[in-house]
Amino acid sequence: MNSPARPQPLLRHLAGEFYAHCRNGELRFQRCTKCGAWRHVPRQTCTKCCAWEWEWARSSGRGRVFTWTIVRRPMHPAFANDVPYAPCVIEMEEGVRIVSHVVDCPPDDLRPGMPVEVAFDAALPGVTLPKFRRVRG
Amino acid sequence: MASLRGQACIVGIGNTGYRRAKEPEGNNLTLELRAAQAAIADAGLRTQDIDGILPFFGLDLAEEFAVHLGIADLRFQMTSHLGGAAPGASIATAAMAVSSGVASQVLIPGGWWGYAGRRVREIVVQDVSAMSGGSNARDYYFPYGLTAPVQWFSMIARLHINTFGTKPEHLGAVAVACRTHAQRNPNALMRGKPITMDDYLASPLISDPYRLLDCSLEADGAAAFVVTSAERAKDLRGKAVPILGFAQGQPFPADDIVTREDPFELGVTHATARAFEMAGITHADVDFAEIYDPFTFQVIHQLEEMGFCRRGEGGPFVEGGRIELGGDLPVNTHGGLLSEAHMLGMNHFVEAVRQLRGEADERQVRHAEIGIVTGFGDFGDGSVVVLGRAS
Repeated sequence: MNSPARPQPLLRHLAGEFYAHCRNGELRFQRCTKCGAWRHVPRQTCTKCCAWEWEWARSSGRGRVFTWTIVRRPMHPAFANDVPYAPCVIEMEEGVRIVSHVVDCPPDDLRPGMPVEVAFDAALPGVTLPKFRRVRG
Repeated sequence: MASLRGQACIVGIGNTGYRRAKEPEGNNLTLELRAAQAAIADAGLRTQDIDGILPFFGLDLAEEFAVHLGIADLRFQMTSHLGGAAPGASIATAAMAVSSGVASQVLIPGGWWGYAGRRVREIVVQDVSAMSGGSNARDYYFPYGLTAPVQWFSMIARLHINTFGTKPEHLGAVAVACRTHAQRNPNALMRGKPITMDDYLASPLISDPYRLLDCSLEADGAAAFVVTSAERAKDLRGKAVPILGFAQGQPFPADDIVTREDPFELGVTHATARAFEMAGITHADVDFAEIYDPFTFQVIHQLEEMGFCRRGEGGPFVEGGRIELGGDLPVNTHGGLLSEAHMLGMNHFVEAVRQLRGEADERQVRHAEIGIVTGFGDFGDGSVVVLGRAS
């Protein structure tokens, strides 16, 4: 039996631009060109100073594990064969946080503050997801 | 502006039985109308006396209630979009409406076939964009299999565990307290099924650190209440519970749970002081608290953010029976969403009114003068309502 389709982002507007950069192998977040604040998830105006001016600024791609959950009983049928898996929140060097996976770390080995770097996953048709791998040493 | 303290009362409550049926019998409106009729009768009113309706987001519309209750001249309707914080926000809206004369008798209904019909977890998966922050979840959470409330909120529980050393036994203390209270509640789904801490620790992990017994109970049923002015309440048969204070609040940003500068900020972080100030109370005045409990940690979290203890101390705070009947601060005396039923937080108000009327039978909090009810919705929106003893 085929598993149900993976949920995909709606690639319109800002979400479309964010994931288009990912498809090009670049992790970019919005940065306000007035006050310099980074932000994610994408927004039309700066959540600090309300300015409309912003740019897609390149992230270093480095961050640390902030928190996570280990899904042992799937709630969505498309992930039924993936358990256990661990949706993580990564805090980037730029200060923004993003939901992702650490692809080379078994869920039980995750630790708060664990250093990670971006590794793109093009497994889904039509969208490239930013994921992460451990930085060792 | 004159204070709204005590200007309005909850004068009628009603509810269906809470259960887990094999098949829905009728639709959500069937349940909601039963509860509404019971609440209106409890207030000593006729259904036609209702002139304001505040229906629950995503369920049935005011127009449908009006036609089925024979209300030919509905003067006021409004719906809060605060999810599980909506019952409290609707109480506040009703209090404002009856104090200002916009409406005289306001009905607040809520209920669903949450078990036999479409389950909560399915609602979120099928139509997440309908909730606050839903498009963020769709575009940035769902592709990673982060698709359900149990997963979102367990991440915050883990952050608390990692930051403050909160233990599984602390979460378990909430589960055991609610289940213990449910043994004294004939309408609780988990009456007759008490649990121990060992049972809690042995229950299977759903979304680690959350176990099965950290999760609330999808259920079928409905509850409703009627709000009127203090002046009008004097002429009615129902025992009126005064609404002493209310407030709502939101974390920032409200529509994204992972990027908050302060990751533990909640709606009640802001709402509590406002509600307590209106009511003229302090934490020490609170005799019991009905706290919106979709999962166990959210009780600990709200107790901290409301200021019943300092941040990080909520785990030890709930230990040793403090939140059980007979303890310093009984919490969820009916069993809560965790052990009575997930009735959208409507059941927390029904229970608070019963306590403040002195009608809670074997689970009655002695000398209950002040009770508080919280709501918690979407990604942490909050409402706090302070209720006083019935007159």
